[in-house]
Amino acid sequence: MAEAVAPVRPNVSLAQRAWRIRHNALRMAAVQGQGYIAQALGIADVLAVAYFHALRYRADDPHWEGRDRFLLSTGHYAIALYAALIEAGIIPEQELETYGSDASRLPMSGMASYTPGMEISGGSLGQGLTIAVGMALGLRRKNSDALIVNLLSDGELNEGATWEAAMSAAHWRLDRLIALVDVNSQQADGPSQQMLGFEPLAAKWQAFGWHVQRIDGNDIAALVAAFDAARSHAQPSPRVILCDTRMARGVGFLEQREKAHFIRVAADEWQSALGALGEMPA
Amino acid sequence: MSTDRPRLTTSAMIASLAAEGQRIRAAPFGHALAALAARRPEIVGMTADLGKYTDLHVFAAAYPDRFYQMGMAEQLLMGAAAGMAREGFVPFATTYAVFASRRAYDFICLAIAEENLDVKVCCALPGLTSGYGPSHQATEDLAIFRGMPNLVIVDPCDALDVEQAVPAIAAHRGPVYMRLLRGQVPLVLDEYDYSFELGRAKLLRDGNEVLVISSGIMTMRALEVAEQLRADRIGVAVLHTPTIKPLDEAAILEQAAKPGRIVVVAENHTVNGGLGEAVAALLLRHRLAPPFHQVGLPDAFLAAGALPTLHDRYGISTAALATRIRNWL
Repeated sequence: MAEAVAPVRPNVSLAQRAWRIRHNALRMAAVQGQGYIAQALGIADVLAVAYFHALRYRADDPHWEGRDRFLLSTGHYAIALYAALIEAGIIPEQELETYGSDASRLPMSGMASYTPGMEISGGSLGQGLTIAVGMALGLRRKNSDALIVNLLSDGELNEGATWEAAMSAAHWRLDRLIALVDVNSQQADGPSQQMLGFEPLAAKWQAFGWHVQRIDGNDIAALVAAFDAARSHAQPSPRVILCDTRMARGVGFLEQREKAHFIRVAADEWQSALGALGEMPA
Repeated sequence: MSTDRPRLTTSAMIASLAAEGQRIRAAPFGHALAALAARRPEIVGMTADLGKYTDLHVFAAAYPDRFYQMGMAEQLLMGAAAGMAREGFVPFATTYAVFASRRAYDFICLAIAEENLDVKVCCALPGLTSGYGPSHQATEDLAIFRGMPNLVIVDPCDALDVEQAVPAIAAHRGPVYMRLLRGQVPLVLDEYDYSFELGRAKLLRDGNEVLVISSGIMTMRALEVAEQLRADRIGVAVLHTPTIKPLDEAAILEQAAKPGRIVVVAENHTVNGGLGEAVAALLLRHRLAPPFHQVGLPDAFLAAGALPTLHDRYGISTAALATRIRNWL
């Protein structure tokens, strides 16, 4: 790493970071009594490794020019990113209570103009990777070696623009660009493979000219190795890490619940969910 | 169609709008952008496989390392332009007006306009300036873009307007949509005491019987009509309104409030949702009710054919405009 991250609470392990991200997300969802909590719990390990192993940033200066850019194109994952940004010290922890409330800096869908550390406005799915291509070209013009990391959902692979961007990233040899695809296999109307089949996923990205890794996105050791391999890969191609994740990971009774894009959690279940998360790992 | 003249054929897609013998300037957009780029190093040019057809190739030849060929992918073009702007550059992104307004709308809206990013979307073939049929005729681009917050919309008249608009829109911080005239572009406005100012409408000539409020190539047509009607002692004032949004409300109200004139709004665009309706609403809000007429394209998918034929048929040629104004007097 060119510059060491200076994380708050440096003695905390990545597993503990992931636990704390889940914990923050559950507390936010409890405020609203709703939220895309299954996605947040599923992606927490990816965010823990991204923010506490892979990315360069300055918590007290979210616009620092030398930062690595993390682009969330799935706007509804904002709850997960807020949880990570709180853990990273970019958003004060007390703001967690405002999630989704009027005048909060933490709206339900992530928007750049609202939140420190939010690079783009997501929500119109399929735009993130196109913006990432432009930022990568712009950073190259500035001779910056900053990484551009775009977290997208498997549902966004339905969007044609994602593949326009995938072709373009390879065309321009954007070797500082890392796409993270959350393959949780669940879209708004049902299982992803029943919506618009996208397998074989690794072969598709390979054919588009990307360096491809497919890993268990809830395995922290595998995520660390994948980020390291993506960073050190010698060929001038963009990199993608396909992360197979389990929705609601870490809260047993929600993992067992019928899979849905927007899982229902009763008002009295949020405390149970926090309980089910258990104690922070040692 | 009249039978006493040879049947015209559809010209090349990017046929010049210049009448025979009319003064022209070549590629005013490309030359103006290349000139501006010399003192604005943050300007980059981006296109979706239409560099030659939007005159961006002039910029590309002057600044090859600041030119980005994004391929025939308009959504990517606009998303990538947003990313470039986020990193501090000022992209001029070019394609045809149909593709920007119809295909890439969501990307311009959310990736660019919602963030108020400094991207200039400059598009050839605005309105009815191609004989290729609806796939290439952006007859509703202004209606589409007028609903987009933050977006400034410019519809220049001629080569002078285009080349003066380029530095003006670059100086504006925020997203702009500019309708582009490219290739051999007529030169008209240098004969008037005129300069382009973003957000300002300019009275090019005065007259006591008719006020034409116009944008784009219809200003050129209105000036020709005004000259023709002068021979019949009919005075035609022409208020050129190259900035469609934000509209120069003060200038329009001042002119429309002068008594005794019919008001004609002329635009190279469908009568729905463009300059005509914008002016109508403005006048009504201010309780002005002069005799009011709209000249624009019909609410229809238009035919393919030769541009002069189509402009006659759909009422935006100089002859058609003159006839309609005479009938309204």
